[in-house]
Formats: sequence, structure tokens, C-alpha cells
Amino acid sequence: MRDRSLPAAPTQATDHHTNLRRHRAARRIALVALGQAALLAGALVMIVPLLWMLSTAFKKTGQEWVFPPVWIPNPIWWRNYPEAMAVLPVPFQRYVFNTVTITLGATLGTLLSASLAAFAFARLRFKGRDTMFVLVISTMMLPSIVTLIPTFIIFRTLGWLDTFLPLIVPSWFGGSAFSIFLLRQFFLTIPRELDEAARIDGASNLRIYASIVLPLAQPALATVIILQVLAHWNDFMDPLIYLNTMENYTVALALRTFQNVRSQRINYLMALSSLQVLPIMLLFFMAQKYFIRGITLSGLGGR
Amino acid sequence: MLLQRRNGVRNRRGGLLWREAVDGWLCLLPWLFGFVVFTAGPMLASALLSFTEWEILTPPKWVGLANFADMLSEPLFRLALWNTLYYTVLGVPVYLGAALGMALLLNTGLRGTAVYRTIYFLPSLTPAVANALLWVWIFNPDFGLANLLLNSLGLPSQKWLFDPQLAKLCFVLMGVWGAGQQMVIFLAGLQGIPQELQEAASIDGANGWRRFWSITLPLLSPTIFFNLIVGVIGSFQVFTTAYIATGGGPQNATLFYVLYLYRNAFDYFKMGYASALAWVLFLIVLLVTLVQFRLAKRFVYYEGEEAR
Repeated sequence: MRDRSLPAAPTQATDHHTNLRRHRAARRIALVALGQAALLAGALVMIVPLLWMLSTAFKKTGQEWVFPPVWIPNPIWWRNYPEAMAVLPVPFQRYVFNTVTITLGATLGTLLSASLAAFAFARLRFKGRDTMFVLVISTMMLPSIVTLIPTFIIFRTLGWLDTFLPLIVPSWFGGSAFSIFLLRQFFLTIPRELDEAARIDGASNLRIYASIVLPLAQPALATVIILQVLAHWNDFMDPLIYLNTMENYTVALALRTFQNVRSQRINYLMALSSLQVLPIMLLFFMAQKYFIRGITLSGLGGR
Repeated sequence: MLLQRRNGVRNRRGGLLWREAVDGWLCLLPWLFGFVVFTAGPMLASALLSFTEWEILTPPKWVGLANFADMLSEPLFRLALWNTLYYTVLGVPVYLGAALGMALLLNTGLRGTAVYRTIYFLPSLTPAVANALLWVWIFNPDFGLANLLLNSLGLPSQKWLFDPQLAKLCFVLMGVWGAGQQMVIFLAGLQGIPQELQEAASIDGANGWRRFWSITLPLLSPTIFFNLIVGVIGSFQVFTTAYIATGGGPQNATLFYVLYLYRNAFDYFKMGYASALAWVLFLIVLLVTLVQFRLAKRFVYYEGEEAR
């Protein structure tokens, strides 16, 4: 740049520089093109399986067994959905209702118990608090399988097998250590002066929790809701262990049942699978920000 | 008078502190109850159960170390452990690498990265059951997408999940597809790296490759470490996809540890043996995690550590 303003710049050097600049520009364009190609290739790998699921779900029986496959079904056979549901021993709505009940019950419980614990960890000072917090952190790393069998025995003894209680009740007792951690980190960022001011005005701790901390922590609470809904809607192992009768099955278990009895009906199976995926995708597009935030925060916890 | 007032203040403050402690423990109570009943208690109980033989309907019988001895002589146990280690050692680096690659691509600021980020993330939201069913269909030897791809490249069809040699690799591929969550974590880590450092290195003449090795990677190492720890713990517990996709087959090639444990507990009702299995897994995971933490001291760079 500068040598152009110098009157006595040697021409040879200028030529050299323009060449270099041109070379660099070409290199940049090549890199951008390469990057775009890689991005697109990655996107194809990610999206094609999902499109394949949808494509199969809308194929008239018989068309799914064509190779090489047809991508856009002709006709687009939406009747697979009601037909697949008719094959199930219990109306599909029932499975949805069960799953929603469990998901809501557990999420509500986590929200309450985890936020209370997080409030104590972040806003109250008392002896033993930090030791307890270390316990919370260490349970985050614990493989859940270690506690599975005795927990099963507890619920069996209580006569709770084949009810939703084993899937909901632990959440009401701080079941999600990560939620406690996430909320505590967020509560710490709320200015302490607000508590002090409220305390001088005679507010109780419960009031500070309900009227100051919770309203200001809405983004973090939204993140916890999202992560909990995701976890419970997708859960398979716990419902598999605790639920026995078809009437009590979740969507995940219903899919498994269908796979057992009609695995050859792949178009039906994909139709039902897409119904398990759909609510999560809708939720994602409604609350993308909180999804990414939650996942990201879970990573930053390790820093 | 003054003294009295001061005492009053102190009492009041003492009262407040006492109140704070009581309220603190009250707030912790639900969690504490859950911790004792659903975590600490069961851990202890499963430790005790691991020394017993128990089929639920009859009272447990103390058998000492017999369950652990059984493991050593049980070929399926060794196979399940081997399968799990294989899947972890091969799978975790592969899908963390894929996640990091995607994150680096998305971090270039190329056009359309916001849309690509969503697309890369979506598969990781697919519920495990739907995910497994979808991939069984993709890996279908006769009509699946995987063979379509191979054939279009002029390669012969494979049996995929029906081939004992390939089945575990299929699970690794599924892991790569679902690496979106790790990718998002890497992205956050990358965005935490100060731009000035990259620019300064650029001015000093460092090329992209060099900047990656000398700046990006060291500064990202805590994030990599976190993803590694969580990835390994999760990988040791792989269950649902195997249960749905292969049921442990073919020839037990995908009989992973937790699947083996599940069968012993809930198909054969060998609760004592399954508890022993659970504790062995716990100890293995603990050991592997501790080793990783030890190694982290050498390879993970925490900013501002020197200042301390």
C-alpha cells in the first residue's frame, strides 16, 4: 500500500507486490470455496438421514422396498400415519399423554427442587454449604447405572412398579444435579445488593427466592425446562424398567413394541419415529436460543 | 445504652445468620433427601448386594467374592467389556474430532454459518429410540441408504449391523451423526478465544495451520478435556441404541457392558451379580476419569494459571 505513495518506488517491487496480492486473493477465494464445500458436505451428511426418515414415512407400502430408492414418494402417502397408529394395541394419543404427563411432572419437580437447592448454594451462607455443593458436583459424574438396581428395589417395595411415580418422584428431590449447578451459576450473577435491600425491608429468604431471584433467573429456568423436557421425552431405559403394561407405555416404548411386532413395516415405523422426533424439533425451533445456551453452559461447567 | 444497642444489633445479626442457616438447610432438604435415598443409599446397597446372590423372590444369600470370580470366568463379561472399550477408544476420538471439525468450520464466519449450525445440531436432538430405528433402516443390507452410497461410489454392498466386523463401526458412525451437542460446546470454547491473539500471530507471520496448533488448540484444551471426560463416561454407558438396533448381536459383537448388565438384572434377575457388574463399571469409569485428570495436568492449558 505504502509504496504506491512513494514517488520513486522501483517498478519491479510494485509488480511483485501486485502479484503477491493477486496470489493471496486467489488463495483466499479458493479457501472460501473449500470451506463452503465442506460446510455443504457436512450439512448433507447431517440432514439426509432425517429426510430419509420422512421420505420412507410417506411411501405407500411396497415402495420402501425399491432399490435404488425413490426420494420423493409418489403418491405422498400420509395415510401411513393413521394406519401405523391403528396397528398399535393402544391409541397413540395415550402414549403421547403418558409421555407428556411424565415429562411435565418431572420437569416441574426439577424446576422447584433444583432452584431451591441452587438458591441455598448461591444466596445463603451457612456451615456445610460448600461440602454439600461438592456432593452435587460429584453426582454429576456418577454413572447412573450404579444406583439402578437398589432404586428399582425401592420402587418395587413401595409398589410403584408400572406407575409413573418412579419416573417423576426423583425429580422432586433434586434429581438433576446438573440443573442445580446451572441454576446456581446463574443465581450468582444476580447482584447481592438486591437481597440486602429486601432484607432491610424485612423480606424473608423465601420471599427473596420467590420475588427477586426466580423472576430475574428466567433465562436459566427456561434452559433447565428445555433440557429436562428433552431428557424425559427421549428417555428409554427408565420407562423400560418401570412400566409393564401397554396402557402405561411412553412413545419411546410404543416404538419399541411396534419394532418387535411389525419390523417389516418400515414405512409405518418411520412414520411413528418421525412423530417422536417432531415435538422436539418444534420445541427446538421455538426456543433455539435456550437449547444452545443450555448445552453450551453444560460445557463451560468444565472450564 | 450504647452497649445495649450494640448487643441488640449483634443479636439481631446472629438471629439473621441463624435464620439463614436454617433456611439454607430447608432449601437443601428436598435435594438432600433425594441424595440419601436415590444416590448414596443405593450406592451403598449395591455395594453390599454385589457380595450376595439374589433373585428378588428369595432372600439374598451372602456369597463373598463369588460374583467377581464369576465375572473373570465368564466369557460374555470379557466380551462385553472388550466391546465397550473398543467402542469408547475408537468412537470418542472420532466423534470428538468430527465435532471439533464442524465447530472450526462454523467458526470461520463463512456465509450461512447460522443455518449450518442449526443443521449440524438437529440430529443430536433425535431421541435415542427413533435414532436407532432410523439407522437400522439406513444400514439395511438390501434397501438401505448406506449401501446406496457405497454402490454409487462403485463399492460393494456391506452387511453393516449384521456383520460382526462392522457392527461396532456402525455405532461409531451413529455417534458422529449425533455429535452436534459436543460441537456446540466446542463453538462456545472457540468463541472464547480472544481474536487479538490470532491477529497478533498472523502479523508475526504464523499461517493458519501454525495458528491452529499454537493458539487455538492450547486455548481450547479445557473444552476438549471436558468433552472427553463427559464423552467417555457416556460412551461406557451406551445402552438404548444397542438394545434397539442390534439387541447385542451379531454374535454378541455389540453386547455392550450396560446391555449385559441390564440382561443379568432384568431378564435373568441375577441382582447380586448385576450389582457387582455395576460397581465394577463404576470403578472402571472412576479410574479412567482420574487418569484423564492426571494427564490433563500436562496437556490442558488453563489461562491465567501462571498468574496464581
